[in-house]
Amino acid sequence: MGKKCVAMLLAGGQGSRLGVLTRNMAKPAVPFGGKYRIIDFPLSNCSNSGVDVVGVLTQYQPLELNSYIGNGMPWDLDRLNGGVYVLPPYIKGKSGTWYKGTANAIYQNLAFIEQFDPEYVLILSGDHIYKMDYSDMIAEHERKHADCTIAVYSVPWEEASRFGIMNTNEDGDIVEFEEKPANPKSNNASMGIYVFNWKDLKQYLIEDEKNPESSNDFGKNIIPRMLSEGKHMVAYGFSGYWKDVGTIESLWEANMDLLQSPPAFNLYDSSWRIYARNPILPPHYVSDKAQVSNAMVTEGCVVEGTVSHSILFSGAKVEEGAVVENSVVMNGAVIRKGARVRRAIVSENAVVGADSNVGGNGRIAVIGEGVSLPEYSVVKPGEQIDAEALAKKQSAEEEAK
Amino acid sequence: MKDVFGLIYTSDESDMRLRDLTRSRPIAAMPMGGRYRVIDVLLSNMVHSEITNVGLITQRNYHALMDHLGSGKEWDLNRKRDGLFILPPYVSRSNTGSYTGMLDAIRSNLGYVRRSSQRYAVICGSNVVFNTRFDEMLKFHQEKNADITILYNVPVGEEAKAEADRTHLKLDADGRVTDIEVTQSLNNYPAASMDVYIMDKALLTYLVEVTAAHYQTDFVRDVLMRQLRELKVYGYEYKGYVKRIESIASFYRLNMDMLDESKRTPLLYKPYPVYTKVKDEVPARYEAGAKAKNCLLADGCIIEGTVENSVLFRGVRIGKGAVVKNCVLMQSVEVQDGAQLSHVIADKGAFIKRDRNLVGQESWPVVIEKNAVI
Repeated sequence: MGKKCVAMLLAGGQGSRLGVLTRNMAKPAVPFGGKYRIIDFPLSNCSNSGVDVVGVLTQYQPLELNSYIGNGMPWDLDRLNGGVYVLPPYIKGKSGTWYKGTANAIYQNLAFIEQFDPEYVLILSGDHIYKMDYSDMIAEHERKHADCTIAVYSVPWEEASRFGIMNTNEDGDIVEFEEKPANPKSNNASMGIYVFNWKDLKQYLIEDEKNPESSNDFGKNIIPRMLSEGKHMVAYGFSGYWKDVGTIESLWEANMDLLQSPPAFNLYDSSWRIYARNPILPPHYVSDKAQVSNAMVTEGCVVEGTVSHSILFSGAKVEEGAVVENSVVMNGAVIRKGARVRRAIVSENAVVGADSNVGGNGRIAVIGEGVSLPEYSVVKPGEQIDAEALAKKQSAEEEAK
Repeated sequence: MKDVFGLIYTSDESDMRLRDLTRSRPIAAMPMGGRYRVIDVLLSNMVHSEITNVGLITQRNYHALMDHLGSGKEWDLNRKRDGLFILPPYVSRSNTGSYTGMLDAIRSNLGYVRRSSQRYAVICGSNVVFNTRFDEMLKFHQEKNADITILYNVPVGEEAKAEADRTHLKLDADGRVTDIEVTQSLNNYPAASMDVYIMDKALLTYLVEVTAAHYQTDFVRDVLMRQLRELKVYGYEYKGYVKRIESIASFYRLNMDMLDESKRTPLLYKPYPVYTKVKDEVPARYEAGAKAKNCLLADGCIIEGTVENSVLFRGVRIGKGAVVKNCVLMQSVEVQDGAQLSHVIADKGAFIKRDRNLVGQESWPVVIEKNAVI
């Protein structure tokens, strides 16, 4: 049975700018906002928009993402006809390659899309925190009889040169595309969200693949090519909250945005819930010694110390006398007695030893997944500690003695 | 535990004791522990025992249960083979729709029992909460070659004070039950039944039919007591945390007990997590100026005031300057700015207006009914 729209979610990025956070997992699997992961946002948007076929293209460290997505039940994407599919690269005949670029990733899954015989294909990325009704964008695409619709966001002018910029005419049609221009003519940044007519896109992908010069990328090859051929390209303006969480600082900031009152990004909208796989833990407990203010705390947490202007993820623990300020403490992490954690991200299942001092004024300090800091450790602002860095640090300290 | 099916009997005889809280739901559907319902604990016990065929006998007011359980997906009981069977009352020649006892209820659902392919039945009431697997109990049942094995504990402390009739067991050195007393006041035998029985399906079917033929309907009275000499009835002791929901006060204590890590963890979390329906709430939020001490808070809560020694279910809101102490506030309760609450149980959706003052006692908490506006 044909589908109106198939969504393809590009989740293969390594996210190397997230440093130790993405050493063992793909960027879309990075935890966010107390109980979510980055990929929950596009998946929930799909589910809430009525887009019920989603292909998730994975490649880098897919284990965490695969097991997280599972059969798609948390997002109501376990469907008889459609649902969510994890699509890793695979061997075809004698050849077989990794996904060479965003366009190539879709090209390698032509057969997947074809079986749903869709009218439109929606291309999404797994790097942003936002709520968006894709069905609106698809309706706009239909109304304007566009060949391609690209979602754009008005970024501050001074930042425009970091983005792919869409220059439009007064009808909202795209006349020019500039990748990271030095002197931007517009501040309409591409959000990396595209709607294509499937039959057209298929042809472009096949031709693009034949071109050995191409880097098989939507932004670099497909979009410029379509523009140069005079296709009807439409910019779809989006005005809600949209945040790239590609760097440590921006990930931290986006988390802190949730703590504003009222929050800069509203998760409380019951008509547009963000779904997540739920670990089913008891409600969180705050002891009689705890002090919690201006914070988000979720199920399974135990707070015995002081938490202010911070987010605690599922099952995190802050022991007596510990102080957590302006920080993000991810799933299952433990802050031991008397430790101080300021302006830091403590990743999943990491342990900050008793009386340690992590972070402070300056850049965000990061403790990697599963790292167990011994007591009295000091982690300076901006420092990133994973198992390797910890071993190095310890041997340096030994030598110093 | 492949050869066992589960049968949960949600009686409504004891519902009256919880007054307003059970007006629209049976005890099995009572919210507890911040995000669960009583049935979650019972079903999770079955699931952790690898029982994949569970029949749930419901009576009046089963809407809340149906709504909560759905297809049983969240308990992993939406199966091709077996799964969760909700057995609502129906009126026919052999079913009156309102059962006078557990035997009567099982007789009305004998069709389900007969169709179940497993040899043993674990039959479980719905007023006692505990967290266990039934494997050891079944092994004991088989080793003793028992006809019926009853799960019991020896209540101590608060739990030893009965607020309703309990089934007390006299046991010999081998664990065989030699006498039974149903009483609230006597304490001749410290062992008290937890309303969980294991028996062979064939025996169960036979007993149900024989008692029905004699117009007998109550399992404890008409089977256990009347046939104690003919049947080999054994008791198997459970040593973990047990709470019997016998009154408003005991329901209140069950929730307050969850503030104690040594009770909360074994009942709700480790080693066997209690499964429940997921509501996709946002994490709880403490605004600047919020104060919380010794509390259990579920997701979706927004705290601006002060909360102490309390259990807050999902989506509770506490306004600025409001003070909530020793309370159990169920889903979506809203306490407006400046209100003061002490020893209050507020049912779902209750709304306490600005500057109201409500004070109960530990032995007699104030109960606010569902969706009430104070």
